[in-house]
Amino acid sequence: MTNFANRSTLNVSVKNLVLRWLLYAVLALFAIYYMLPLFVMVTTSLKSLEEIRTGSLISLPRDVTFQAWMTAWSGACSGIKCEGLRPYFWNSVIMAVPAVLISTFIGALNGYAVAQWRFRGANLIFALILFGCFIPFQVVLLPMARLLGQMGLAGSIPGLIMVHVIYGIGFTTLFFRNYYVTIPPELVKAAKIDGASFFRIFFSIFLPLSLPIIVVTIIWQFTQIWNDFLFGVSFSEAGTQPVTVALNNIVNSTTGVKEYNVDMASAIIAALPTLLVYVVAGKYFIRGLTAGSVKG
Amino acid sequence: MITWLEKHMPKIVLAPSFLIAVIFVYGFIGWTAWVSLTRSRLLPRYDLHGFIQYERLFDSARWDTALNNLYIFGFLFIIISTLLGLMLAILLDQKIRTEGVIRTIYLYPMALSLIVTGTAWKWILNPGLGLEATFRDLGWTDFSFDWLVNPDMAIYTVVIASVWQASGFVMALFLAGLRSIDQEVIKAAQVDGIPTWRIYASIIIPSMASIFLSAFIVLAHLAIKSFDLVIALTGGGPGFATDLPATYMYTMAFSRGDLGQAASSAMVMMMIIFAIVVPYLYSELRAKHD
Amino acid sequence: MAPILELKGLSKKFGALDILKDINVSIDAGEFLVLVGPSGCGKSTLLNCIAGLEPISGGSVVIDGRDMQNVSPKDRDIAMVFQSYALYPTMTVAKNITFGMKVRGVDKALQQKKLDHVARQLQIDTLLDRRPSQLSGGQRQRVAMGRALVRDPKLFLFDEPLSNLDAKLRVEMRTEIKKLHQNLNASMVYVTHDQIEAMTLATKIVVMKGGVIQQIGTPAEIYSHPANLFVADFMGSPAMNLIPAKVKKNGKGTQFIIQNNDREDLILTDLNAANLPEQIVLGIRPEDIADSKLQKHHHDQVASCLIDVVEPAGADTYVLMSLGGVEVTARLQAETSAIAGLPMNLSFNMDKASYFDANTGERLN
Repeated sequence: MTNFANRSTLNVSVKNLVLRWLLYAVLALFAIYYMLPLFVMVTTSLKSLEEIRTGSLISLPRDVTFQAWMTAWSGACSGIKCEGLRPYFWNSVIMAVPAVLISTFIGALNGYAVAQWRFRGANLIFALILFGCFIPFQVVLLPMARLLGQMGLAGSIPGLIMVHVIYGIGFTTLFFRNYYVTIPPELVKAAKIDGASFFRIFFSIFLPLSLPIIVVTIIWQFTQIWNDFLFGVSFSEAGTQPVTVALNNIVNSTTGVKEYNVDMASAIIAALPTLLVYVVAGKYFIRGLTAGSVKG
Repeated sequence: MITWLEKHMPKIVLAPSFLIAVIFVYGFIGWTAWVSLTRSRLLPRYDLHGFIQYERLFDSARWDTALNNLYIFGFLFIIISTLLGLMLAILLDQKIRTEGVIRTIYLYPMALSLIVTGTAWKWILNPGLGLEATFRDLGWTDFSFDWLVNPDMAIYTVVIASVWQASGFVMALFLAGLRSIDQEVIKAAQVDGIPTWRIYASIIIPSMASIFLSAFIVLAHLAIKSFDLVIALTGGGPGFATDLPATYMYTMAFSRGDLGQAASSAMVMMMIIFAIVVPYLYSELRAKHD
Repeated sequence: MAPILELKGLSKKFGALDILKDINVSIDAGEFLVLVGPSGCGKSTLLNCIAGLEPISGGSVVIDGRDMQNVSPKDRDIAMVFQSYALYPTMTVAKNITFGMKVRGVDKALQQKKLDHVARQLQIDTLLDRRPSQLSGGQRQRVAMGRALVRDPKLFLFDEPLSNLDAKLRVEMRTEIKKLHQNLNASMVYVTHDQIEAMTLATKIVVMKGGVIQQIGTPAEIYSHPANLFVADFMGSPAMNLIPAKVKKNGKGTQFIIQNNDREDLILTDLNAANLPEQIVLGIRPEDIADSKLQKHHHDQVASCLIDVVEPAGADTYVLMSLGGVEVTARLQAETSAIAGLPMNLSFNMDKASYFDANTGERLN
């Protein structure tokens, strides 16, 4: 009897062990699948063109060289100019920072007004503002191009900032409204009795307790705006293009020899800011992604 | 005067954003809709000419390809991302020690610009120097993976790259959903002797219906808007083989100077999204009122 | 002397729905008014209207002779304590208490002086640097009261302040509030759904149901002379017995005939009762039914009742029986010889009885 019992528990634990190892194997396989492009980008960017031609895609560089990186930053050709990504990188910075900050601030005020100050039609106004998140931007591309032209902002960075703020308000309002809705309304009542005004209550009471949602919103907005291509390619000119547009130009430029290592280095440079944000504050990033998507 | 201001402050604060929505969302959609009913070419014209733009659109072989591609791409993208995301979420739910690291690895593609993703995969799938060459060097001399430049197969490269980008997000959604399930129900099932796989199939997955819906909505949205990835990966080519409605619209708007077509294709894109999103939003709002 | 608070014909509608109907109440300075009633009766809404946090549809709110039409909450000279305390979460206790003064531009030295005074009064002077999340429920409640006290208002408003506390703490804080009222001689309006709180704290009670005032009176009046069936049932614990009875007049007075299961009808006589309809509901509190052998008042009516359940409760013994089709509770002395299943003689103190119309529920005596 004892032998039989031992045998069956041994079988069960062996089976569990095998399953466990299978589980880890599958997970590792997929980890490779997800890491592969990043790995390939990095290794290719550190190889010389010669090595790329003669070597294999997944091999580590024999002789590490940073030449491609230097070219990508300051010498790659995007169209007529060959200044590398540097000026466009700064274009993206100048465009993204104000757009993120402004859209976040407006979203905070909107969310506060809708969530804590009930009035007739508040929910309807919220729904109408929210709607902007769902439209495909193709449907506003043409009229926006015309309007920017008429306002004299065509192909300018302020114009791009304006576009990103306008179409970011829907998301930021949603994030803040969902957050402020969880705060009991008695807080505003007590502050009203204490004599505080609408803005006083916002700045002294609500803003200080909004840090988590501010972080989520800023991360989300920064990722969206920095990574955007559609608005960038539609509303910028040769000198004002954001880094995503410049990257595409570098990679798809038909002149000269294809410098794959420069392409890869450029891609990494363009991806670094959002990648860095993700690595550092990934937890909040995930929270932002799933905000409002998962019910419960 | 001051008290009137204070009393109406919430409305005053919301007014600018509301106005922005009215002009830049509803107004612009209206403008595009109007132009889609005109004979606009390089410049917009405002005299209405009925649905001729839509007739031209659906007569166009290129638009046909684009819509076809959208269906193929959309279908595969949504199905594969969902299944992959679900599978990875279930695997990760098994109390893995390095869960945090693995989750980070699976999700980071979502942080990248689609241009970056397209560039990377364009290189990997490069016929001469990419995967094809690698496998050939390893010995499979007959291995061919020229999908990128093959008109019939190119759209599937878009599927591969976008699944890579989005499946981590779907996994995160499902993982959150799995974790929010009442543990007592699971324990009761385990006590009843039901095997783990059966618990997943019969209890857990059905109770995540709303998450499936959320994932579907988000993925469908991403699929219909797909523009950046195609531009970077294939440029819409070879020829028009990987054209999607978004690239068609862009070409019509800025290269071909055919505003009527651009407007009508944009309106069709919007209507497709609406057909999916509006019933979802409606059912969500109704559920909240109950 | 003018009343400190007058509500004249106050009404509030939400669309077509009447939330408050024709509310008329007034209290003098130093009174403790309690608004009590079941959930949804409108008591919190009424409090918010007094505070100016909700607009009214008709009538007026007058505080210390001033009509509060178009006066915002901060100018009404009131202070409010909420059920969830509503402390500002990112501010210290000290900042929570002085925030209102800061907004009003009160001199910093004066702020500090008032803060110290109130902190000592409520024994929270050691907590001044803490955040609300670091305090216990009872401490938070005190801070909320401190915030109110420091305003030195004409009227204190309390919105179910003890409902979030556990039973023991609730009793402690109830006593503290009562002491505060006595020490300050302050005017207070207090909302609760707990009728025990109402009875122990109030100098005047307003019982509400469905937005309508059911009765206004002192605790004693409400307890001994409830104005209708609802008040009779709602206030007092254990609840008043409400027994359906048929009325018959005869030479001696009025007879109340109560169905007594399969036994002979129970008959109680009241010599003083005036004109009553044929069908009434007889209200009598458990403590007004006694063991005949142990206790007998002058106007007591003795009747034989079959005891269903005997519940010894230390100082008293409760017995349950079925009369007129309802379960009747009597509070007897612990020395009673009541036995479940056996009949016994009980004395009904008719001086304390209440008679209600069987249809309208209104009090008849």
